[in-house]
Amino acid sequence: MPALKSPLEVAFKGREGMRKIVICTGTGCIANGALEVKEAFERELKAAGFDTIEAFEGLEAVKEPKQAAYLSKSGCQGFCQMGPLVSIMPEDILYTKVKPENVQAIVARTLKAGEVIPELLYVDPGTKARCRSQHTIPFYQRQSRFVLKQCGDLDPENLGEYLAIGGYQAAKGCWQDRTPEQVCKEMLESGLRGRGGGGFPTGKKWELTRVQKSAKKYVICNGDEGDPGAFMDRSVMEGNPHSVIEGMMIAARAIGADEGVVYVRAEYPLAVKRVRKACADARKAGILGQDVFGTGRAFDVNVMEGAGAFVCGEETALMASVEGERGMPSPKPPFPAQSGLWEKPTVINNVETLATVPLIMSMGAAEFRKMGTATSPGTKTFALSGHVRNTGLIEVPFGLTLKEVVHEIGGGVTNRKGKLEPLGFKAVQIGGPSGGCLTKDHLDLPLDFDSLRSIGAMVGSGGLVVMNQGTCMVSIAKYFMRFTQNESCGKCVLCREGTKQMLHLLEDITEGRATLETLDTLQELAQAVQRGSLCGLGKTAPNPVLSTLKHFKGEYLAHVVDKRCPTGECKALARPEIIAEKCKGCTACARKCPVGAITGEAKKPHAISQELCIKCGACAVACQFNAVVGV
Amino acid sequence: MPTAELRKFEKVCEIVEKHGKQASKLIPILQEVQEEYRYLPEEVMTFVATSLGLSPAKVFGVASFYAHFALQAKGKYVLRLCDGTACHVKGSEPILDALYEKLGLSAKKPTSADMLFTIETVSCLGACGLAPVMLVNEKVYGQVSKEKALEIVDQIKQKEDGNASA
Repeated sequence: MPALKSPLEVAFKGREGMRKIVICTGTGCIANGALEVKEAFERELKAAGFDTIEAFEGLEAVKEPKQAAYLSKSGCQGFCQMGPLVSIMPEDILYTKVKPENVQAIVARTLKAGEVIPELLYVDPGTKARCRSQHTIPFYQRQSRFVLKQCGDLDPENLGEYLAIGGYQAAKGCWQDRTPEQVCKEMLESGLRGRGGGGFPTGKKWELTRVQKSAKKYVICNGDEGDPGAFMDRSVMEGNPHSVIEGMMIAARAIGADEGVVYVRAEYPLAVKRVRKACADARKAGILGQDVFGTGRAFDVNVMEGAGAFVCGEETALMASVEGERGMPSPKPPFPAQSGLWEKPTVINNVETLATVPLIMSMGAAEFRKMGTATSPGTKTFALSGHVRNTGLIEVPFGLTLKEVVHEIGGGVTNRKGKLEPLGFKAVQIGGPSGGCLTKDHLDLPLDFDSLRSIGAMVGSGGLVVMNQGTCMVSIAKYFMRFTQNESCGKCVLCREGTKQMLHLLEDITEGRATLETLDTLQELAQAVQRGSLCGLGKTAPNPVLSTLKHFKGEYLAHVVDKRCPTGECKALARPEIIAEKCKGCTACARKCPVGAITGEAKKPHAISQELCIKCGACAVACQFNAVVGV
Repeated sequence: MPTAELRKFEKVCEIVEKHGKQASKLIPILQEVQEEYRYLPEEVMTFVATSLGLSPAKVFGVASFYAHFALQAKGKYVLRLCDGTACHVKGSEPILDALYEKLGLSAKKPTSADMLFTIETVSCLGACGLAPVMLVNEKVYGQVSKEKALEIVDQIKQKEDGNASA
């Protein structure tokens, strides 16, 4: 099968001299004003006498490429923090934080006069160098953008462009020239493992469903990305919805399904809109429908919007939700492969997994295995956030170390004032509420399914939240516990009541009521919840507690024995104090204190009255000399 | 039933019909109904149950299970503060407290008496690169600080006062 072409190559072929302007329209850039920037471009290009092409189909009509500007939008490019992002092609210039008022200058200086506007380039905070294009920015340099590649290049709302780069060719090949056995075999050989968290081999899942005898089978795309701190599936659905549908078509061919459902979280309205449009366009083009690629066999896809329940990310709960029920999980076996949606054999794959499928089919399993590690082939997208300099969506081959991700791609850890702090790293929370934390001892650990499992963490859906020294690990455990307690569907007693009691115990610890016995009870209860819950939510809910207990026992003991929170984050235990030696008497803290609890003469050390103090922490933020501690 | 009441259910009938009165489409039906009313009034849920041949308890069970469904009327402006992990570690909690204080609301009383504001938290909006994030109805605000959040509320209030006096 032919490899995919690049969207740039397709757009510029025979149209040398044309300009392509790509505006990122992911959720992040839209929030920062990308749509206003696009409007400004429409206005300014017209005023400057350019023929503006709005959609891919318009390229055909271009007579004078030098006068033409193809104004295209893309899905999320991952560097959300620096948005809105605007790329100018073929010069390959990336402008960051573009505002509508900059657009006139871009048209006049870059498009007309051919010069780069240095003020709009990204400045690497480390070297202070201005980066002209995406591939010179350190954030992108260490990444291997494979699944996300086209999210930043393609117009997600245009089927024509996806077709022009060779989209749906992989599905066509599978439907027309390969048997279901061959498709399953190729997938097994690729070693692709489910990106939704479990890491189950996709080919095996398909094979198990293929062998079931049933006239009706389903393919479900699980886009219920509920983990707080994860947004890779959102980006793929928003940035390249056709790749997900193509993946579903290949899965459908592999197992013999004629119906598919994409289940998208309600919190992702843009993803819902774009996947719906992609389905409608594919149907109109005869790709989906009663006669797929002239084979006489049918396959169609419907989109269902979730209604806000984290547990629906669990496959059996998700299927209950599609059937119009409360999203409660049911015991396995029977597995969905045997009895899934409406009791028919069902394959349920995660968004990123499905988006990888067409790429594997076009490049071949052997080529795919060259990326990543032997047992975790390929790449993985991670949502990097928290206290790092560069936050955003990243894609790396499996096996990269945590250090490379945090320090090289992430650009290092920041303190609470947002400044870089070389020794500030404390932990990374991986895998959301079902995952665990990694500490500085794990900085050299390769990120792959098995290495993470060996230390009691998991890839999960891929959220990586970096935390600095100022983050209280007991509070973080409490935060996740509150989340899972809230989201427990209530079916299993140990999950419903156990998580609640665990939350109470954690509150006792952060509010100074705990004893050493509390820690034992917490540990015991955590293990009981793991054993006594039916689905993944309950089985993994205690993970954040167990993993912080293991790696940060000292911090728990400080709360319990000394009644002190080392980071000062637990307000009930805070006792803010001013270190006299460090205090310069600048009075900044006293002026900021809302209750007048800080006293002292100018240029002399100040003091905090514990009776008046409300522990708000304003003084610590105001202090330029790090003299305020304990809050 | 008085005519005004009947008219009220006209739209609901339309939605139920559109989905072919299938009980399996309960969730999309409730979503569309909520779009119409901004919440799910009890009598409407009973009506939906009857038309789908389900018990009202079943419909209420589904509606109360999912966070997206509101059983109480919400304000004109729904402020949704993201409390996903990234937003949480970047300090979304103090922002929430400040908003509660400013509008005199709490987790137990999320909607203001003048029906202008409702404050909610959501688990993750998936815009973690912009943390902390706040949503006002559909509009996303990124890198929100306490000051910025309060300013947004002030702007809405000013706009509404302007509308009222105009």
